[in-house]
Amino acid sequence: MSNKQKKKLSPVQQEYQDFVNKREPQRPLFQNCIRAFLVGGTICLIGQLISQFYMQFLDFNEQTAGDPTVATLVFLAVLFTGLGVYDHLAQWAGAGTAIPVTGFANSIASAAIEHRSEGFVLGVGGNMFKLAGSVIVFGVFAAFVIATLKVILLQGLGGV
Amino acid sequence: MIQGRTWVFANPPSITASAAVGGPFEAKGPLADDFDLLHEDLWLGQDSYEKAEKKLLEQASERAIDKAGMRKEDIQFFLAGDLMNQVISSNFAARTLAVPYLGLFGACSSSMESLALGSLLVDSGYAERVLVGTASHNAAAEKQFRYPTEYGSQKPPTAQWTVTGAGAAVLTNREEGIRVTSATVGRVVDMGIQDPFNMGAAMAPAAVDTIEAHFRDLKNPEYDLILTGDLGKIGHTTAADLLEKHGLKLPNDRFGDCGLMIYREDQPVQAGASGCACSACVTYGHVLNRMRKGELKKVLIVATGALLSPLSYQQNESIPCIAHAVALEGGVSS
Repeated sequence: MSNKQKKKLSPVQQEYQDFVNKREPQRPLFQNCIRAFLVGGTICLIGQLISQFYMQFLDFNEQTAGDPTVATLVFLAVLFTGLGVYDHLAQWAGAGTAIPVTGFANSIASAAIEHRSEGFVLGVGGNMFKLAGSVIVFGVFAAFVIATLKVILLQGLGGV
Repeated sequence: MIQGRTWVFANPPSITASAAVGGPFEAKGPLADDFDLLHEDLWLGQDSYEKAEKKLLEQASERAIDKAGMRKEDIQFFLAGDLMNQVISSNFAARTLAVPYLGLFGACSSSMESLALGSLLVDSGYAERVLVGTASHNAAAEKQFRYPTEYGSQKPPTAQWTVTGAGAAVLTNREEGIRVTSATVGRVVDMGIQDPFNMGAAMAPAAVDTIEAHFRDLKNPEYDLILTGDLGKIGHTTAADLLEKHGLKLPNDRFGDCGLMIYREDQPVQAGASGCACSACVTYGHVLNRMRKGELKKVLIVATGALLSPLSYQQNESIPCIAHAVALEGGVSS
């Protein structure tokens, strides 16, 4: 774990790292996976219930219920971040709270709260996307690449 | 007098008074009774964590000066350090104190760096009353070095918890009480560890290097207790094993780590505590209290510091580390 990006180590450094590696507890990978599955799955289940609610009681169908469902989950994640609960849940759940849209909301809200002390413009505005920014940048870029590929392939196949 | 890289003080300065201030999480720990002041509020009524950290250092300083029966004008020099960029907490606390000041940065080793240098000033006769202190704040450190405090990232079991607190001590040339007898200045040791969530492993070799130098320079001195600053579980085990491998076996009941003392086993701190305030609070609170009671006579504190910055880590630099050791000796009458 300590040497993910192993640079050229001297023999003494290498010897020490082998020495210390034996004394490091590893991340409990299996347990983390189970917890991530349970919590991540629960968040998705809640999302499904919210979606059902919108379809059942409000004027939404399966296509249109997605947007208000995401908005509701994001709102809840921001609320729990503000109440100081989300980070504690995340320590237990790991990827379970990080991967769903709620994790994305948490990354933005937590950065906004954290940098409130530096003012609205340089603090909140400038730092809100500190963590989420790279997700957006690479997400948009990946979407662009995929969309370009799709167009080229479809054109190449003669508009099938 | 110098022996190797150890200063042996000819006129050992006295730690006339000391104080430790802590936050809400420290208040739940086993050493709560050894703090002079514990805060329920992580913000200390301030509007930023950085200001809260400054406040911690100011309060520890005030308490220490007060307990020494002095006023702040009596302090001739103030030596302090913290973890914030440009050591702002110390600088701003020094602004409040308005006494001659030297700001130090040795990361978490600043506690003993300031004590060693303060002692040198008093020993050499260039000062009679010196105030030394360090502070750290959990949320301020998280904000600067890691992620926003409310961000849901899962910490690995090797991670450590930065102590919210401050410790300060007044050193004088009086010949009484607890004395600072020697100090060993550390070298920067880098074993190529790059993971900032594994500071204990990075810092252990620096601690070992300084402890060995100290024992070599002073020809195997005896101590009732040797404490490293903030190695945590992994670092402490590694350091103990490394020392044994190098032929210096320290008995388990006499070799500990401040980072393993300040919190209870069931507090969620992963591998243990860290931060400038970790060794400062444990030393200036708990350890000195025990020495005053006569439970401990000779103690060696080896404060360890990881000299990384968020920038150096992002640029894939490894973590250079340092450790400074200071030996304390309790007077017979106390």
